[in-house]
Amino acid sequence: MKSMNYIKVEFPSSSVNESFARNVAGCFAAQLDPTLEELGDIKTAVSEAVTNCIVHAYPDKLGVVLMKARILPENTLEIVVKDKGVGIADINKAREPMFTTGGDERSGMGFTIMESFMDKVKVRSTAGKGTTVTMRRRIICRKQVK
Amino acid sequence: MKVFCEKKNGRMRILLSGELDHNVARGVMSSIDALIDENLPRECILDMGGLSFMDSSGIAVILRTNKHMTDVGGRTWVENCEGQALRVLDAAGIDRVVKVYSK
Ligand SMILES: Nc1ncnc2c1ncn2[C@@H]1O[C@H](COP(=O)(O)OP(=O)(O)OP(=O)(O)O)[C@@H](O)[C@H]1O
Ligand SMILES: [Mg+2]
Repeated sequence: MKSMNYIKVEFPSSSVNESFARNVAGCFAAQLDPTLEELGDIKTAVSEAVTNCIVHAYPDKLGVVLMKARILPENTLEIVVKDKGVGIADINKAREPMFTTGGDERSGMGFTIMESFMDKVKVRSTAGKGTTVTMRRRIICRKQVK
Repeated sequence: MKVFCEKKNGRMRILLSGELDHNVARGVMSSIDALIDENLPRECILDMGGLSFMDSSGIAVILRTNKHMTDVGGRTWVENCEGQALRVLDAAGIDRVVKVYSK
């Protein structure tokens, strides 16, 4: 059996790293031969998760963001975005559309977008300790044309 | 990320191009705010045809522009949205608040 590939990337919660993180995830996902639309979905979900670390987890300081990605069986991509920031007190409430603690600079649609673009989104969080978002997306296998 | 503006007969078209994410959203918002305050248009079109990427930060930009335009007695809508950016707007259901016209 082919061993499953993975990456781990760590970076400070500086907003210039948003595009870096989604592009790294997109490059890693490319080995699953996604369509442009699937690639766009993955990059968008990563952008949402990483931006949340930068905006909410570390509101007035720089902290560490860890992004992991790996290939699972059945052409599935898993992405984990983890911070050690303020945490989320009520996860169900946070996942509701339009719920935001970010004022009028945010729309409260980040989790809604992650949920609609990925097959599975799991959020684990402890107030004061940090948040881990785990997302999975199966990439449709297309027939190779030779 | 670039913000251009075309004006004709009380209608202002704001052309956004590049990647619209949190890193650039604040700058885009203040450019649009300044353009509205300076020109006081009756209609403000957000032309998203040039965007290669947009996340929820773009939704906040649209909602804020809509609010600002309502405050000055005008209207806003989105034009030329396609691909990834259109999927984001669809997932968020923004059409209920601001009209979105695709390419
Ligand atoms: N990593 C995190 N650390 C702490 N709080 C978080 C984190 N991620 C999300 N939250 C909380 O969950 C809320 C909802 O997040 P979501 O991404 O759905 O919306 P938003 O970030 O507020 O707005 P948008 O993503 O549309 O710009 C946030 O306002 C914040 O209170
Ligand atoms: Mg968010």
